[in-house]
Order: sequence, then structure tokens, then C-alpha cells
Amino acid sequence: MSSLETTAPPGLDPSRSRRTARRTPSGFPWLTRLDLRLSPYLFVLPFFVIFAIFGVYPIFYTVWIALTDRSPLNATISFVGLDNFVELLTNDPQFWNAVWNTFGMFVLSTVPQLLLALMLANALNRRIRGQMFFRLAIAMPIITSTAVVALIFSMIYARDFGLANWLLDLVGVDPIDWRANRFASWFAISTMVDWRWVGYNALIYLAAMQSISKDMYEAAALDGASRRRQFWSITIPQLRPTIIFTLIISTIGGLQLFTEPLMFTSGSGALSGGSEGQFQTITMYLLEVMNTRFRWGYAGAVALVLFLLIASVSFVNYLLARRISSDK
Amino acid sequence: MTSTMLRPPAVRPPAAGRPGLRHRAERLWTASPLTWIGLVIGVFLSLFPFYWMIVIASRTNDAANSWPPPFLPGGKLGENIQRVLDNGDANIITGLANSFLVSGTITVATVFFGSLAGFAFAKLRFRGKNALLLIILASMMIPIQLGVLPLYILMAKLEWLNTMPSVTVPFLIGGFGIFMMRQYAEQAVPNELIEAARVDGCSTWRIYWHVVVPALRPAAAVLGLLTFMEQWNQFFWPFVVLADPANPTVQISLRSLNTAYFADNSQIFAGTLIATLPLFVVFVLFGRQIIGGIMEGAVKS
Repeated sequence: MSSLETTAPPGLDPSRSRRTARRTPSGFPWLTRLDLRLSPYLFVLPFFVIFAIFGVYPIFYTVWIALTDRSPLNATISFVGLDNFVELLTNDPQFWNAVWNTFGMFVLSTVPQLLLALMLANALNRRIRGQMFFRLAIAMPIITSTAVVALIFSMIYARDFGLANWLLDLVGVDPIDWRANRFASWFAISTMVDWRWVGYNALIYLAAMQSISKDMYEAAALDGASRRRQFWSITIPQLRPTIIFTLIISTIGGLQLFTEPLMFTSGSGALSGGSEGQFQTITMYLLEVMNTRFRWGYAGAVALVLFLLIASVSFVNYLLARRISSDK
Repeated sequence: MTSTMLRPPAVRPPAAGRPGLRHRAERLWTASPLTWIGLVIGVFLSLFPFYWMIVIASRTNDAANSWPPPFLPGGKLGENIQRVLDNGDANIITGLANSFLVSGTITVATVFFGSLAGFAFAKLRFRGKNALLLIILASMMIPIQLGVLPLYILMAKLEWLNTMPSVTVPFLIGGFGIFMMRQYAEQAVPNELIEAARVDGCSTWRIYWHVVVPALRPAAAVLGLLTFMEQWNQFFWPFVVLADPANPTVQISLRSLNTAYFADNSQIFAGTLIATLPLFVVFVLFGRQIIGGIMEGAVKS
């Protein structure tokens, strides 16, 4: 054992020296070998155990449930094939209403959110006094929960004594019933989302902007390019991967929108998202089907379609963002 | 991890010696008045809701519902907080305790399992590494809604409904923590050090404990902060499994306040203040690290 160790030329061949090293420690070479073989798997095991039980298993179970008429109200479960999906896609106006609302609010919140974040990041990227103060102040909304945001803004958008209507009154506009009107409710909910996320995205863009070489800007400035021109011709194309990243994150978050519209109305019927479902999102509808109507099989189909929507929109975003920024 | 923050601002090689050119290059990064106006508006909009929260939480409910709306804090903060704490529907004290327990447990577990797995993926060789890494990446794309129904049934079977394990165990370790620690371990732990420890007869576990853990400390702190904040603010899944208002997390307590048939706004706002306060303290103490973590993560991805 030890003779083997001394004959091996140390440090010449890395794999070889490791093999010898492995034999040194305890006098139990098999133990060391086991350690080298097994430890990596043991170290990553916790994730895979949790993910298998609470991630993978539920997904397959969802697929199975979606093919049945399972419900806690039914004594028996029967296989119904694709009936749930057929009903969902062809004969369920409430579902399509929820899809329409979700996408409407997604676009209405994401586009301004990312544009504002880009502008803020661009401003933060200048040489300014109190950099850290500005960054902290702009990032601060991320400490609030979506529930807190929803409660604060619900009062700002109150019909009778709300701050938003007071501001409108100042400029001579009639008060708006923010919950009754579809577009008004979308707008109100989108501002909640944006308030929480603009600063976060701005920091991400700022980080990416700081990694762009300053020489490019100096060269462009020498050639007489204005700041605006520099922004569109250097900053935006250089930020492409970051913009794709934030778009995908916003898509995953935006299409799961739940807490803000739920808490926008007080009272117990909140899952229906307004008197006529003006702001009911897909996730709210999913819980309504699951917990109020107890149609579990059908809820499984809703969950699967929601996932497919998120996946395909993320993919389209990715393609689009690649296209747009490579045109510049 | 915090290299973005630690980097001295704007260190550039002197621009070619020509004073005119240099001046021009400097001017490129000065802030215009428009920049300042934009930033001030941004800061105002960002901070106003916090101020507003304090204003309403410190008023009587009548004053909170008056026209024009109040803009200055009143003197009723203590009274309103007392009313929330006493509110039998919200159980906010239980909620706070539960939230600390759940978020704390998940944070410790995430940092531990995340650093362990991150180290393995960054520094150890094993078969199937890349495939496993890909699975972790894919797991981050799956929304919880997809499996919400079977998860609910599973929790019912385990008899975990309305208890804290249901909102803790599934989140003990996520893909994000592993990725973050892997990125950091790759650059922060020198291979030579691991090799040397092996030659000295260290087992993999001892290498993790004595070599890797000390090196990962800064990243672990940031991961801990981000995880705690995220878990403290969880809403969707607790909403599904914690239907019994007697044993909520703090966010579910807020929900209970909101479903009361009479909207007592000053009480609700006192509740939001209480629910936000712990993270506010975290942000005041560690804001720089949190921001550094967000920015660093962005560059890596």
C-alpha cells in the first residue's frame, strides 16, 4: 500500500496522483473509494428527493387526474379520456375570460415595467452622488409581500375615499370605480405588480449595463452619437441576454398572477375576481374549480393548460427578443 | 459575490493623455438634470406607499376614510396595532411565529443543501452531472400551480393540512439555491486547495466542512437573505393548504383581516406594517448585500 504510494510520481499526472492520494488516508482504501464515488450523489440527493416527491410526482398525478372525473363529491372515479380538455377549450367561456384577463394584465404590467426599469437603470448608471441611497430606495418595494402590496393599493384605488380618485379629482376627472370596470381594474392591478418589480428589474439591468465596456460609449461619443443614440445602439443590443432573462421571469410570474387580484376585493367571494369576473386570472379560476366546485379532474386540465401557456409564451418571448435585438 | 459593489466606481485608464478627449469621456457619464428628475420621481413613487402605510396605520378608521385623504401620520398607531394583535380572526401573533419558524427553517435548509449540492456540481466529478444539472434548471421553470391539486391531496393524506410542515417541507431546497452556490463555488474554491486536502487524507465531507464552507460564506449569507425574504412573502401555497384561520402564516393573517365583513382600514394597515417590519429590519441591516446579490445573480445568468 504505502510502497505503491511512494512509487507513484507525485503531481505529474493529475488523475494518477489523485488515485494514490485516495489510498493514503485511513488505511481503508475501499472506504475512500466509496467516499469519492458516492459523496457527490449524496450531496445532491436532498434536492432530488424533495423534487421527486413534491415536484415530479404531482405533475404525473395531475396528468392522470385530468383524464378522470375525480371529485371529493363522487364515490367513484371514472376515466373520461380527453373530455375535460375538450370542454375546457371549446365550451368554457369563463376559462377564456380568465385567459383574456391574465394576458391583458400581463401585457399591461410587463411592458411598462421593463421599459421603466430600463430607464431607471440608465439613470442609475450615470455618475451620481448617493448611488447606494438611490439603489436602496428603488429596490425597497421587494421587501413587501404581494398581499401587502395588494392591501395598500386596494385602498389607494378605493372608490369612495381613494387616493387615486382624489388625484383625478384634482385635475377635474370624474372618480372611477376601479373594480367595476374591466380596463380600470386591469390598470390598477398592473400598477401593483409594477410597483413591486420595477426596482428589482432596474437593478438587474444596471448590473448588466455596468459590464458593458465604457470604451464603446467613448468611441460612439467621439463619432458624435447622442446619448439617446448610444442607448439604442449600444446599451439595448448589449443587454439582449438580460432582457430575455427578465422577460422570461416576468412571463412566469405574470401568467401566475394571483394574490393582487384576489386581495383587490375584500370579502369571501374573492376568487371570482369581480362581479363579472373582470379580473379573474387563470390561477384564481383553477382554485375556484378545485375548491368551490370540487371538479378535481377538470382542475387538473386547467393546471396543465396553464402550464402549456406559460411554456409557450416564454418560448415566443425568447424568439421575439432574439429577433428584435439582433435587428438593431 | 459582492464584487459589483466592492469595485471602486469608474476606474478607467486615463484617456490617452489628451485633455480634451479625457474631459469628453468624463462628461459622458455625468447626470443630466433630466436624470435627476427621473430618479427623484422614481424614489418618491417607490417610497410613498411605505409612508402611506404609516399614515393610515396611525389614524382612526374614520380619518382613514375621509375626503380629502389624510397625508400626515396621526397618533393612533399603538392603538391600531393593539387592535390587530387582539383580532381573533387574524391570529397575527401565531402568524408571525409560524412565519419565523417556516422561513427560518427553509433558509437554513436551503443554505445547507444548496452549498452541499453547489459544491458537488462545481468541484466534484461524477457521472451524469450535466444531466442532473439540467433537471435542476428545468425544475425552476415549473410553476407550483401545475401540481397544486395532487400536492393538496398528498398533504391531506399526510395529515399536514393546516400545519406548518405543509408549507415548509416542499421548499426545503430549490434549484435557485443550488445554482447560486455552484456559480460561487466555481470561482471561490481553488482546485489546488481541494487537491491538497485530499492528499492530506480528507474525506469529501471534511473538505466540504473545512475548505468549502468558509469560502462560501459570503454567498451563503446572500442566499440566506434572499430565501428568507421570499419565504416570508409566500402567499399562494399557504392560501391553499392553510384554510384554517387559527393556524396561519402572517400573510394568511392579512388575508383574514381583508375578508372581514367590515373593512377596518386602519387595522388592516397596522397589520401590513407588522407583517413588513421584519423584512424592513433585514433590509436596513443588509440592504447592500441584498442588492449586491440581485445584481451579481443577474450578471451570472
